[in-house]
Amino acid sequence: MADFDRELDASGLNCPLPILRAKKTLADMESGQILHIIATDPGSVKDFEAFAKQTGNELLSSGEEGGKFSFMMKKS
Amino acid sequence: MTEKKLAIIATKGTLDWAYPPFILASTASALGYETEIFFTFYGLQLLKKDLNLQVSSLGNPGMPMPMPVPVILQALPGMQSMMTMMMKQKMKSKGVASVEELRELCVEAEVRLVACQMTVDLFEFDTKDFIDGIEYGGAATFFEFAGQSDICMYI
Repeated sequence: MADFDRELDASGLNCPLPILRAKKTLADMESGQILHIIATDPGSVKDFEAFAKQTGNELLSSGEEGGKFSFMMKKS
Repeated sequence: MTEKKLAIIATKGTLDWAYPPFILASTASALGYETEIFFTFYGLQLLKKDLNLQVSSLGNPGMPMPMPVPVILQALPGMQSMMTMMMKQKMKSKGVASVEELRELCVEAEVRLVACQMTVDLFEFDTKDFIDGIEYGGAATFFEFAGQSDICMYI
């Protein structure tokens, strides 16, 4: 398992809340720190890719474990 | 990188149609867009402090219903509040944010909220009933921002 600095559990939340919560959490983080996001919204897979592309924050990994989606995002 | 701009006109005042402007505006802000929503006609209901937004299946045959209800029965008293209650419960159970929450996120993200002055006069709205921090303006005010926007939508 990779290390991370902060964790955000967005389980049970639907679009656009996982993205908005992630954005808010990233705002309190330092550049280069890593945020681990957990979500259950299947739409979040595409949405976090799109979020990363548009904001410059790097999506290090994206995966599914036991019905939950997990993302590692590095703050730009 | 210059900030992209999104301009939205919100014209509808029902619970279901309250979602697109606030979802898109809050998300656009999270993506770094400078965003403005211009509220006109029934859209002004979305700026009330106390939101009493309703949804109706009347005239909306596309609305999924748990069971088929003949249109004549959908017009009965109390049906609209029942539909609204059911819709709100459904949204809550699916983790969909409330309109209040999404609007608050827009305010926090400094989305510029502009109320159409003409509509305020037309319907004799009391501006004290609206949330704080909104601006009032007309069509020319809208174009000042919309004219420089990258995306402009009418909802």
